[in-house]
Amino acid sequence: MEILAILIPVSLFLGGIGLAAFFWAMKTKQFDDPEGDAQRILTKEFDDKPRQ
Amino acid sequence: MTTVEHFAEGRAPVSACPACAVVPSAERIAAMRAERDGRIMLSLPLAHGAACIATVESALSAVPGVRSARVNLTRKRVSVEAAPGVTPAQLIAVLAGEGHEAHELDPGLLSSTETDRQGRDLLMRLGVAFFSMMNVMLLSVAVWSGAEDATRDLFHWISAAIALPTVVFAGQPFFKSAWASLRAGRLGMDVPISLALILASSISVYETWMSGHHAYFDAAVMLAFFLLLGRYLDHRTRAIARSAAEELAALEVPRAIVLLDGVEVETAISLVVAGDTVLVRPGARMPVDGVVLTGASEVDRSLLTGESLPVQAQPGTVVSAGEVNLTGPLTLRVLAAGKESSLHQMADLVAVAEGAKTRYTSLADRAAGLYSPLVHILSFSAFGYWMWATGGDVRYAINISAAVLIITCPCALGLAVPAVITSASGKLFRKGLLIKHGTALERLAEVDTVVFDKTGTLTMGVPEPVALADHPPQVLALAAALAAGSSHPLARALAEGAAALGIEAVAVTDLREVPGYGIEGAWQGTRIRLGRADWCGATAIAQTATYLAVGGQTHAFAFTDRPRPGASEAVTALQAVGLRIELLSGDAEAPVRDLALRLGITDWRAGVLPAEKAARVAELSAAGRKVLMVGDGLNDTAALVAAHVSISPATALDAARVASDIVLLGQDMAPIADAVRIGRQSARRMVENFVISGGYNVIAVPLALVGLATPLAAALAMSLSSITVSINAMRLK
Repeated sequence: MEILAILIPVSLFLGGIGLAAFFWAMKTKQFDDPEGDAQRILTKEFDDKPRQ
Repeated sequence: MTTVEHFAEGRAPVSACPACAVVPSAERIAAMRAERDGRIMLSLPLAHGAACIATVESALSAVPGVRSARVNLTRKRVSVEAAPGVTPAQLIAVLAGEGHEAHELDPGLLSSTETDRQGRDLLMRLGVAFFSMMNVMLLSVAVWSGAEDATRDLFHWISAAIALPTVVFAGQPFFKSAWASLRAGRLGMDVPISLALILASSISVYETWMSGHHAYFDAAVMLAFFLLLGRYLDHRTRAIARSAAEELAALEVPRAIVLLDGVEVETAISLVVAGDTVLVRPGARMPVDGVVLTGASEVDRSLLTGESLPVQAQPGTVVSAGEVNLTGPLTLRVLAAGKESSLHQMADLVAVAEGAKTRYTSLADRAAGLYSPLVHILSFSAFGYWMWATGGDVRYAINISAAVLIITCPCALGLAVPAVITSASGKLFRKGLLIKHGTALERLAEVDTVVFDKTGTLTMGVPEPVALADHPPQVLALAAALAAGSSHPLARALAEGAAALGIEAVAVTDLREVPGYGIEGAWQGTRIRLGRADWCGATAIAQTATYLAVGGQTHAFAFTDRPRPGASEAVTALQAVGLRIELLSGDAEAPVRDLALRLGITDWRAGVLPAEKAARVAELSAAGRKVLMVGDGLNDTAALVAAHVSISPATALDAARVASDIVLLGQDMAPIADAVRIGRQSARRMVENFVISGGYNVIAVPLALVGLATPLAAALAMSLSSITVSINAMRLK
């Protein structure tokens, strides 16, 4: 049962990373234009260096 | 004219700010030009695909003065950051050169959809509730499958550490609205929800403290998650409708051309004050109420009064905001602008009436009204009974009453309506109908009478020549030649009609348009005219018509209003499902009778005043009928508000669109019949959903009352009922 002392914190930590990622996505408006973002990856623009 | 002058003098001080009079016009010109700085929003209705994003953004960025351009493909818009000198018209021209259709949007009207704070807030809480639900459930499954003693207690404590902050954070929307309804002395749906959340959490903490067997942490977070899901669906449906409605409003950019010291300045209507001189070009809508100073033209008042025949305008004529200038440029002296204009005052009236519309109690509210007291009574009587039966075991009695509150699972009840509305709104949106109001579908299901407006609703407001082939080809050729020189709607329809018959226009020289009267020219040495009856020396006929004078002879070309595509299908389909149909129009008798015959409507009235329309709708309502009003003009707005539920086409005036519950986005009218059908279906699904969630309670509540309910049973009842309800909602066809 000692293994629980490791497994539970690990599972909570991993879940926490997911939650933090979700918070970041909401704060930086990643869901504002889902359709446009899906199309944008198809263009060759800014493939070599990111947009300034 | 003198009365008009007097009217203007008397009106001016009301709206003109005292400071404006002293500001020199050069400074006002600068102020008006400066107003358009910064962000420009354009609508791209046909945008799709990656290539489109790339061409639009690079074309706009290449324009000097543009700092950045970003396309939002989901909303089909592009927002441009630009230097003050850049005008929307310039950008639209650039995009047209690239083959993209673009329209200017008023950024001020779009602000609320740009930052959907409430939606993001709900989504954030939903995410947190989901995370906790998954983690707590993981621990709960271990407990259910037989974790004992210290392990069970440890798992309960960890669950508490996750669930308590979640309930505090994710439950806030419910706590707030429960508190608000308690303070207002009502027992809303959110009161039992909040009570269940608080009671479940606190009893579980106590049980954990006492090393008890059952803790309801999973039930508490699950309840929060499912209820937030219902809330979010509800919010999103409304946000989509609101954003589409705002986009329609933002497409009509409120601009006016003001003449200051002989300089034309295009500016926002909000900066125009009474006493200014405004130029209105042919084809444009009057931005303000005013009196004509110079110019002669015809104005189309159909949106305001329902008359399909244009009215003559000359110096001294008073015009209202919203009328369309047809033939010649007009300069107006402004009598009232912006908030003072008659159009705006009408819209304000509608806003007041909007508030009155909330007297309709939705199905969800009625269900909550039954449900909330029942749950509280059940829970309290369970507490009382077990206190008596166990001889004062408070812990046991509270446990039972909490189990009752949790297991009555209002989560299915919370999802019952939003799931159906989301599904139905999505279906109708794809058919071109925008559901603006949350209860519109339920009200649509109850409708038994449909009242239609004519001009602009059942008809397109576009004239169509009648029996053109009956005229001699020679006459038609002359008429077509003259008509080709004018942009008046009747002339355009005549030219198109003649071209469709394969008639070639003859060569006419010295073409000259006399604004407000017609067009004249020379043919084989004689003067010929096409236009108003009195100007052509003809006797007017009863129908909408234009007249041709050749030598001493006159010919009349009669017109009828073209019915909207799908109008007759919609009327037939509505009659087939047993609805009574009426046609109320402000237009003259002949065109109304013709249209009624053509569409098979037996109940029709012509020459109806705006107040009479509203009175007729009120009369029908008083007789116990549920009226669906379909209209587009300012003369319909009062009736739209008075009706049980209302629909307006996207081409309607802003005030009419605001007043109606549903907006028809396309030209085709047939979707109205679909709307009624889907509305009836949705109401049925909602009732079914209430029955389903009630059914689960019938099984689960007795178990809880006798003390047999476990956290596992609560979790099963909650998730199963929520899923069944959602699946039932998706059965809509």
